[in-house]
Amino acid sequence: MIIVVTLVVVAVLLWLALWTVVARDAFLAVAGFVVYGLLLSLLWVRLSGIDVALTEAAIGGGLTGALLLSAVGRLRGTEAAAWSERSGAGTRVVAVLLSVGVTAVLVLCVLALPEPAPSLAPKVVANLPATQVGNPITGVLLAFRALDTLLEAIVLVIALIGVWSLAPDGVWGGRPGPRYMADPDGVLAYLARVLPPIGIVVGIYLFWAGADHPGGKFQAATILAAMWLLVQMAGLADAPRIDNRWVRAGIVVGPLAFVAVGLLGAWTAGAFLGYPDGFAKPMIVAIEVALLPTLVLVLALLLNGAPARGAPR
Amino acid sequence: MNVETLFALCACALVGIGLYGLIAQPHPLRKLVAFNIMGSGVFVLFGALAKRGAAAGMAADPVPQALLITAIVVAFAATAVTVALLVRLIESTDSASLANEPPAAD
Repeated sequence: MIIVVTLVVVAVLLWLALWTVVARDAFLAVAGFVVYGLLLSLLWVRLSGIDVALTEAAIGGGLTGALLLSAVGRLRGTEAAAWSERSGAGTRVVAVLLSVGVTAVLVLCVLALPEPAPSLAPKVVANLPATQVGNPITGVLLAFRALDTLLEAIVLVIALIGVWSLAPDGVWGGRPGPRYMADPDGVLAYLARVLPPIGIVVGIYLFWAGADHPGGKFQAATILAAMWLLVQMAGLADAPRIDNRWVRAGIVVGPLAFVAVGLLGAWTAGAFLGYPDGFAKPMIVAIEVALLPTLVLVLALLLNGAPARGAPR
Repeated sequence: MNVETLFALCACALVGIGLYGLIAQPHPLRKLVAFNIMGSGVFVLFGALAKRGAAAGMAADPVPQALLITAIVVAFAATAVTVALLVRLIESTDSASLANEPPAAD
């Protein structure tokens, strides 16, 4: 029975991907992509990656979908002109051949994978108790491969700087995006009052439970950022000015604290991002607590986009 | 066929579908969506490899899975930068054209 469900999910997933790529209308394509992201998280569950499934549903489907939907709204007028630049039949035939070729090479690689598969799972099992963290994913993210997570946090901050730097000179330091107006008695404003308390509790639970169960700071930060964006879109709060000192401090506190903990490790444990015996858990918790505001701010502000209004102070 | 091989083959097809859209779709936003499909294909392939690495009582190898979480977040950040570039392109030229020749000034 489960294999039938799996086959149906794979078939629908491939059909949605194809639909997203060939659909004539950009809005339909993006709508298809959001559904695709949600289905993809089902697939992650089947691949025993609950943490990945949560991230995919929250960020891959949710935030990316919202970002693309808002972009579709802004790009409405340019679709017809772009369609007229469509490549000719010859190019499309070459594109099909190239895509089929790449897929064929990948299929051959998949069928030639070594048996038994290489795995780092035994090493993780052997060393996880030393980190005092119960969730192996969190252990990998913040102990064994902490350098990757540090660089990722820095990449997020750089991406936000990149988005901000696209602001026209006249509005640098101002607020991103349009000021949303919604009917104060409407259903959106109602949801923006009812959902955030629940979302904040769920987000903080996911954050805290991430040490020992599926969840963690990325999933939690996405939910918290989504609650903030909901309040903004209902017109109950405005996006912050990007020259606000508190916003900027919140954005850099995570990476800075991460580097500070890393240097502390170099001093006490003999390696950058090393944790001295018995102190792994407090240091991991310190990094996670410092990263949470950074992630919430960066994820929400990346979705807000470049500053577009508000004169410089 | 076991589930990880099935998903790995599905991932190969997703990469191909995304690559086709990246080349054939003229609008940059559509290219971006196609590129995300292609990227998700790579992620699924990597996830299938993680599942193959199930050992020592774990249902899958946690190291690639953790890297996947990092990858998904970074892919979102890159998508956000691209969308911002695209919005700026349209604000300043009123067109989303990627053609080499600038539109004739008439």
